[in-house]
Amino acid sequence: MTSDHTTTWLFGRLDLSSLPIWQAIQSPAISELIAGAAAMIVIAGAIAVIAFITWLRAWRSLWTDWLTSTDHKRIGIMYCVLALVMMTRGVIEAVLMRAQQADGLSGGFLTPEHFAELFSTHGTIMIFFVAMPLVAGVINYIMPLQIGARDMSFPVMNQISLGLTATGAVLVMSSLVFGKFSTGSWAAYPPYTGLAFNPGPGPDYWIWSVAIAGIGTTLSGINFAVTIYKERAPGMTLFRMPLFCWTVLCTSIIMIFAMPPLTVATLMLAADRYLDFHFFTNDLGGNMMNYVNLFWLFGHPEVYLLVLPAYGIISEVVATFSGKRLYGYTSLVYATMAIAVLSFCVWLHHFFTMGQSANVNIAFGIASMCIAVPTGVKVYDWMATMYRGRIRMTVPMIYVTGFFILFVIGGLTGVILANPTITYQVHNTLFLVAHFHNVIIPGVVFGLLAGIHYWFPKAFGFRLHEGWGRVSALLWIFGFSFAFLPLYVVGLMGMPRRSANFNDPAFEPLMLAALFGAALVLSALAALVIQIWVSVRDRDKLAAPLGDPWNGRTLEWATPSPPPHYNFAVLPQVKDRDDFAAAKANGRAFADTANYGDITMPKNTALGMIICAAATLLGMALVWYIWWLAMLSVLTIVVAFVARTFMLDTTYTIPADEISREHRAWLARVRAASPITRDRETDDVNQGLAVLELPETLKASR
Amino acid sequence: MGYNKAKQFSVLLLTAVILAGCSEQRSSFLDPAGPIAAAQRAHLIEVVGWTMIAVVPVFILVPVMLWRYRYRNTKARYTPDWGYSGWLELVMWGVPFMIVAVLSTKLWFSTKALDPYKPIASDAAPLNVQVVGLDWKWLFIYPDLGIATVNQLAFPAGAPVSLNLTSDTVMQSFMVDALAGQVYAMPGMRTKLHLLADAAGVFKGENVQFSGVGFTEQKFDAVAMTPEAFSEWVARVKSDGVPLDAQTYELLGASSTGAQVYEAIGTNGMPAGVIYFNQVAPDLFKKVIGRYHGGEPVLPANQPGAAGYVWQPLFNGSSK
Amino acid sequence: MRHPGINLGEHHGEAHDQAETLVFGFWVFLMSDLIIFGLMFAIYVTMANPVGMAGGPGPKDVFDLTSVFIQTMILLTSSLTFGIASLAMRHEQGRGRIALWLGVTLALGLGFLGFEARDFANMIGMGAGPSRSGFLSAFWGLVPLHGLHVSAGCIWIVVMLIQMRTFGMIPIVKTRLLRLGLFWHFLDLIWVGIFTIVFLAGISA
Repeated sequence: MTSDHTTTWLFGRLDLSSLPIWQAIQSPAISELIAGAAAMIVIAGAIAVIAFITWLRAWRSLWTDWLTSTDHKRIGIMYCVLALVMMTRGVIEAVLMRAQQADGLSGGFLTPEHFAELFSTHGTIMIFFVAMPLVAGVINYIMPLQIGARDMSFPVMNQISLGLTATGAVLVMSSLVFGKFSTGSWAAYPPYTGLAFNPGPGPDYWIWSVAIAGIGTTLSGINFAVTIYKERAPGMTLFRMPLFCWTVLCTSIIMIFAMPPLTVATLMLAADRYLDFHFFTNDLGGNMMNYVNLFWLFGHPEVYLLVLPAYGIISEVVATFSGKRLYGYTSLVYATMAIAVLSFCVWLHHFFTMGQSANVNIAFGIASMCIAVPTGVKVYDWMATMYRGRIRMTVPMIYVTGFFILFVIGGLTGVILANPTITYQVHNTLFLVAHFHNVIIPGVVFGLLAGIHYWFPKAFGFRLHEGWGRVSALLWIFGFSFAFLPLYVVGLMGMPRRSANFNDPAFEPLMLAALFGAALVLSALAALVIQIWVSVRDRDKLAAPLGDPWNGRTLEWATPSPPPHYNFAVLPQVKDRDDFAAAKANGRAFADTANYGDITMPKNTALGMIICAAATLLGMALVWYIWWLAMLSVLTIVVAFVARTFMLDTTYTIPADEISREHRAWLARVRAASPITRDRETDDVNQGLAVLELPETLKASR
Repeated sequence: MGYNKAKQFSVLLLTAVILAGCSEQRSSFLDPAGPIAAAQRAHLIEVVGWTMIAVVPVFILVPVMLWRYRYRNTKARYTPDWGYSGWLELVMWGVPFMIVAVLSTKLWFSTKALDPYKPIASDAAPLNVQVVGLDWKWLFIYPDLGIATVNQLAFPAGAPVSLNLTSDTVMQSFMVDALAGQVYAMPGMRTKLHLLADAAGVFKGENVQFSGVGFTEQKFDAVAMTPEAFSEWVARVKSDGVPLDAQTYELLGASSTGAQVYEAIGTNGMPAGVIYFNQVAPDLFKKVIGRYHGGEPVLPANQPGAAGYVWQPLFNGSSK
Repeated sequence: MRHPGINLGEHHGEAHDQAETLVFGFWVFLMSDLIIFGLMFAIYVTMANPVGMAGGPGPKDVFDLTSVFIQTMILLTSSLTFGIASLAMRHEQGRGRIALWLGVTLALGLGFLGFEARDFANMIGMGAGPSRSGFLSAFWGLVPLHGLHVSAGCIWIVVMLIQMRTFGMIPIVKTRLLRLGLFWHFLDLIWVGIFTIVFLAGISA
C-alpha cells in the first residue's frame, strides 16, 4: 500500500483543502474570510467552553449530574441549552442573509454558493436543532410534572433521544470546520442534491444530521405518548389533563407517524448517493416527485408538531395570567386533535405547482383551508379566557400578545396560500418565506419563549429578570415585524426566495427595512442572553423556592422549585381539572400526609453519551467516506445496546424518611412564608406563594 | 357598497406599491397583463376580504380585553370559574366554518377555471412553445416555426400561448408573474402552462426554484407583440439566428448563464444575452425528455448541469 | 387502560405489571416502523411500471416464486413456533421448553435468511441489482429492509437465549420475550404484505 492509499483509507476524502480556514488562507476574499472566521469561532468556542468547565472544575458534575442523568428535568434543560446555542448561529446566519439581500441590488458581499450554504444551514438548524429541541426540552421538563409522574416511561431512551439530537447538531456545526454544508436548502430536493449534481460532502452532512436527529425525535414521540397514557397520577383522567399535555399528546402522535417519512426520504437519498440506487435520479426510472411527497408528508405535520405545544403553552399562560379558568377546554382539545389529524391530509399544498390535476389541488387546498377553523377557534378561546379575567402583563403575556396579533397575520397568509390559484403566483417567492416565518416565529418561538419565562422559576428556583425580559420580548415582536412583513410585499412583487441578488430597485427599500428587523431580532437575542446573565447574578433577589410564583393552576406548581429528583414526595390524588387551583381554593393544597413511601428511580447511565459519540463518529465517517470508522461506530452502538440489556441493577431507592424530611422542610417554609397578591408578583417579595384572590375578596376591597 | 370600495382601494394601494419600482418590464401579478394573472389577483383580494371577517375582531378585541380586564381595573367583572358558553361556542366554530365553506367554494371554481393545463379559450390560434430549463437559462423552441431562442419568449399579444415544459438538469420552476404564474419543469417529464397577454408589453420571466449558483441569472423577457411585430421578429430570428445543432445544444447544457452563452455564440443581430436559432432538430424536445427513459444510465459526463458534465452530442450529426 | 395483546397473566406479578408500559411502548414503536414499511410499499407500487423499470428486468424476469413460497412457509412456521414458546412462558412450563422452541424459531429464521440471501445473489448474478432501475431500487429498498429486521430478530433471540441462561426467567427477561414475540409476528405480517404485493402481484401482472 502506498502512503497515498493509506491516507485515503484512513481519512477517506477528507484533506487539507476541505478546511474553510485553509481556503481562506489560500484565497482571502470576503466570502471565504467569513467562512474561515466562522470555523475559527466554532473552534475557539469549543476551546473556551472546555477551558471554562475546567476552570469551574465542573467536569465531574457535568458528567454525573447532567450528561449521564436520566432525569427528565435535566434532559429537558439540556435540550433547551442546545437549542439556544444553535439559535445563536441560526440568527447570525439570518442577519448575514438579510445583509446580503439588503445589498443584493449591487450583488452583495457573499458568493452565491456561500449564500446558498447559509440558507440551507439556517433552515436545517432552525427547524431541526432549534425549534425541535426547544419543543422537546419544554415537553420533557413540564409534561411529567403536569400529569403527576415521577419521570418518563423510558428514561434511558429519553437520554438516547437527546444524544441523537445532539449528534445531528454537532454534525451541522462540524460542517463549519470540515468541508461545506449542503447548498440544497433545508428540504434538499433531488436531483439537485443527488450525486451527479452535488458530489461533495454537503448533502451528506444534511442527510446524516437530519436522519440521526430524526430517529431521536421518533423515540421522543414514543416516550411522550406512552408517558401520557401510562404514567398519569391517580385521578388524572385524560380530560383533567392541562391543555399543554393534550397538545403534547397530539405532538407525540405526529412525531410517531410523521418522522418515518423523513427517515425513509433521507435514507433513500443516501442510498442514491452512496449505493447507486435510483429512487430519485433523473435516469433509470428514478422519480424525484416521490421525494417531494415523502419530504412534505413529514414536513407539513412537522409544522404542527412544533406549533401545537406552543398552543398548549399559550393556553396555560393565558389562563394563569388572566387568573381564570381556561375558556372552552373541550373545544380546545377537539381543535387540537382536529389539527393533528388534518396535518396529515394537506402535504400536497407544498407543491401545487408540480403539474397534478386541478381536482387533486382542489382537494388538498380545501383540506388546508379547513385547518383555519380549529386554529381560529383556539384564538377565540384564548380571547374568551381573557374576558372577565384579571390580566397581568408579565413577560409571557407580552409574548402571547405578540403572538395573537402577528400569528393571525400568518393565519391569513396561510389561508391565502391554501388557494392553488394564488400559490401559482407566490410559491417560491419571499411571500412564502414571510408566511412560514410568520407562523414559526410568532407562533412557535414566541409560544416557547413565553413558556420558558413562565416555567423558568419552576426549573431553577428563581424568576427571570422582568425588565430585560420586556426589552427582549418587545425587540422580538418589532424585530419580527420589520424583518418579515416587508417580505410579504417583496414576495407579491415577485422576488424569488433563495436569491443572493436581484436587479429590481423597487425591492431595495423593503430589503433595508428587513435588515433593520433582523438587527432588532439579533438585539432581542442579545437581550435574552443579558437577561439570563442578570437573572443568574441576582438569583437570590429573584428566588421563588416555594414553587408557585404566578398563582399557577396546574400540578407542576404544587412542588418546590426546583422540584426534587422524584418530582412529588407523594403522588398527587387528582380531583379536578386545574387541580392545584382547586386545591388552593378549598384548602387542599400544601397538605401533609402520613403516606410517604420509598421511591424507586432510574440510575444514571452513560449509554446515551456513548451512542451520541458513536453516532457522531458514524456521521462524520459516512460524510467523509471513512469506512473503517463507520463500521467501528455501528459496532460500538450495537455492542453498547446489547451490553446495556445485561445490566440488571438499573434503579435505586430513596428511603421514605429522607423524602418525608425534605418534604416537611419545604411545607414548613411554605407555612412560615407570607403569601403575596398578584400586583407584587414581579417584585423581590415573590417567594412563590400566592394569596387567594376571588371575586368576593375583590368586592370587599373595593 | 363598502366592500367594493375597500376592494378598489386595496387594488389601488397594491398597484401603487408595485409601480413605485416603476420599470418598463412588468413583474408582478398585482400589475396583471393577462386574464389569468388578473383573475389570480382578483381571487387574492377576495380571499383577503373574506378572511378579514375572522381576522379583524382579533385585532380589535385583543387590545380591548387587555385594557378592559387589566389587573388594576377592579371595576371590571371578574368571573374566574367561567369557562363555557354554548352560544359563544356556536359562533366560534360557526363563523370560521362558514368563511371556510365560502372560500372553499371559491377555491374550487377558481382552481378549475385557472388550471394551468387548461387551454385558454380564444378566437386566435394558440402558439405552441416548448420550454427546456437548463443551468441557468431557458431554451424556447417554436416547433411550428422551426426556430428557437435562449432567454427570450416572444409571442403575439391577444393570442394564447401553449407551453410544454421540461428540464434537462435539476428541477426548476418556470414563472411569468404578470401573465400566469409558475409551474415546475422536471427532467424526463413534461408539464404545461397556458398564458395570454392582453396587449403588447415586456414581462419578467424567471426560474424561481433554486438550482445552483447561477440561479438568480436565470431570467428572461417574455415579450408580447402585435401580430405584425411578431412576424417581423420571426423573420429576424430566421435571418440572424444560428443553427441549434449538436454542438450548440452541448454548449447550452453546460452550467452557464445566458450572458456567458451569448459571449460564446451570440451575434450582433441578437439582443444582449439572447440567442436566436434558425434551425432546430424537429424532435429536440422529445429527445430531451426521452434521454432519461432510454434504459441506459445518464452518466454525469452526459448530464447537463452535472458536476462532471463534458459536452457530448445529444443527437448524432448536425440537423440540416 | 389495559394494553392490547397477550400479557403474561396476573400470576406473573411484577413482570405482568411492567409489561403494561413496556409492551404498550413497543406497540407504539411497531406502529412507527409500520409507517416505514408502508411508505416503502407505496414507493414500490409507484415504481413497478415500465417507466420505473427503465427497460431493465421486471418482476417476471427476476422473481423465483418457488423459493419465495418456501421462505413464506418457513417464516409462517417460525411464527407458530414462537407462539408455542410464548405459551410455554405464559404457563410457566420451564426454561428448557421455552429455549427449545426459541431455538427452533431461530433456526427457521436463519433458514429464511439463507433462502433470501440465495435469491438476492441470483438477482445480482442476472444483473438485477439496485443500480439497474428505479423499480429494482424500490425492491432492494423494501425486501432487504425486512430481511434486516429478521436478522435483528435473530440476534435478539440469541441474546435472549443467553439471558435466559444467565438470569433465569426474571421479570425483565419475560417482558423482553413478550416484546420479541410482537416483533417476530410483526415481521410475519410484513412478509405477508411483501409476498402479496411484491411477489404475487408482480408475477400475475
